[in-house]
Amino acid sequence: MKVTVKVNGVERTADVESRLLLVHLIREVLGLTGTHIGCDTTHCGACTVLLDGTPVKSCTMFGVQADGREITTVEGLATNGQLDAVQEAFKEEHGLQCGFCTPAMMLVGASLLERNPDPTEDDVRWAISGNICRCTGYMNIVKAIQTAARAKAAASEPASV
Amino acid sequence: MLPASFEYHRASSLEEALDLLSTFGEGAKVLAGGQSLIPLMKLRFASPEHLVDVNHIAGLDGIAEADGVLRIGSLVRHNALAASDVIGARYPTIAAAAPQVADPIVRNLGTIGGSLAHADPAGDLGSVMLALGASVVLRSTRGERTLPMSEFLVDTFETAISADEILTEIRVPAPSARAGGTYLKLERKVGDFATVGVAVYLVLSNGTIERAGIGLTGVGLKNIEPEQAEAALAGAEPTEERFAEAARLAAEASHPASDVRGSAEYKRHMVDIYVRRGLSTAFDSARAA
Repeated sequence: MKVTVKVNGVERTADVESRLLLVHLIREVLGLTGTHIGCDTTHCGACTVLLDGTPVKSCTMFGVQADGREITTVEGLATNGQLDAVQEAFKEEHGLQCGFCTPAMMLVGASLLERNPDPTEDDVRWAISGNICRCTGYMNIVKAIQTAARAKAAASEPASV
Repeated sequence: MLPASFEYHRASSLEEALDLLSTFGEGAKVLAGGQSLIPLMKLRFASPEHLVDVNHIAGLDGIAEADGVLRIGSLVRHNALAASDVIGARYPTIAAAAPQVADPIVRNLGTIGGSLAHADPAGDLGSVMLALGASVVLRSTRGERTLPMSEFLVDTFETAISADEILTEIRVPAPSARAGGTYLKLERKVGDFATVGVAVYLVLSNGTIERAGIGLTGVGLKNIEPEQAEAALAGAEPTEERFAEAARLAAEASHPASDVRGSAEYKRHMVDIYVRRGLSTAFDSARAA
C-alpha cells in the first residue's frame, strides 16, 4: 500500500505491506533510526513518536494508519543545527545514561511543554509514566524537562529595555 | 514482531465499515485504537485477514448528556474521557477510572469502545460500566440493538457482539439523585493490568441507598458484578456495618487466580478492602453532591 506521511516537516511516500508497523516504517523504510525499539509489546515507550503532536507508541500502530498524518521523531526536534530546549536541558542535567529511552523521553517532554509550559514534578512524572528508563535515571530526566520549561519561559519573556 | 498479513481498509463512514464487516464476516476485525488488537496480532493470537480501520469515521467520538442519558461514542480515547468536563462533574466512577487505564501514551490512542469489546477480565472500564448499569449500542447492516453491559460481557475476551457488528456507543444512565462513585485500582506499576480493581456507584435518596452498583476487575474470567453485594445495599441505611457486609459478599463473588501479581487469597482480601473503601468514598461524594 502507498503511504504518504509528513515526517519532521518533509513529505515522504513509501509502498509498504499493511502489516508493517509504524516503527519499522520510520526506521527501516525512511531510515530514521533515532526512534528505538525496546520491548515491542507496548510497555516501554522507547518507540514513542509524535503523531500530529500527540505521543504514540509506534510499535503499536501500523504504518498505513499514519497515511496523511504528521510525524515528529527525535531527528525533528533540532532546527537548523540548533538543539531544542528539551535536548539542551537533557545535556545540561545529565538526563541520559545509556541513551536508549532518551529520544522518546525528549519527545514526551517536548509534547508536555506544549500543553503545560510550567509542569510540576508530579506533572512530569505523570507524563513520562508510559516510558521506562532501564538505567532508572528518572531524577535527572524529570529535572531536565523542568529545566527546559524554565529555559523556554525565559526565552519567551520580552527583552527588558 | 511481525503480524500475519492482512488487507487494510480505511472506512470513511459507518455505512462503509458495516458493509465491509458484512462482506468479510469472521475474517475481519475492527481496528480502533489498536492498543490491544495490535499486540495480539503481533503475538499471533489474532490473525484477521481484513482490518477495518474506523478511526476516520466522523461522529463516533462524542460525549454528551441529554434526556437522562450520557452517550459516549465508542471512538472516545481514554485521555479524552479523562479530560471531559461532563464526566469530571457528574460521573466520578468514570472520571476515576479513565486516567488509570494503561499508561498516558496508550491512553492517547486506546478507545472506550475497543476496551469494552476486547473484554479483557483485567480491563478497567468493563467494571465501571457494570457498576453504572450502562449499555452498549451495536450496529450492523441488519440494524441496531442495545445490550446491557451484563449481557454484553460473556467470557474472557468474549462478548455478545457479532462479527458484522460495530460497537458505536455506550449509554450510561444519568445520575438522577444524589450519587457518588469511584474506581480503585491496585497495580504494581503504571501500565500494568490491575491486580484488583473495584468500581463503585451509589445513589442516595432520603438518607438511604436507592441503588448500588459494583464492578470487579481482574478477579475472574470476566468483569464481575457482585449482585448479592449490590442487593445487600439497595434500600439499606449507609452504615459502616452495611458496607462491610457488602464488601464481604463482593469478595465471595470474586474468583481470582494466583499469579505473579499475588495469591488468590490476597486478591480476594483486597476486593473486600477496596469495596469497603470505595463505598465509603462513594458515600462521601454522594453526600456532597
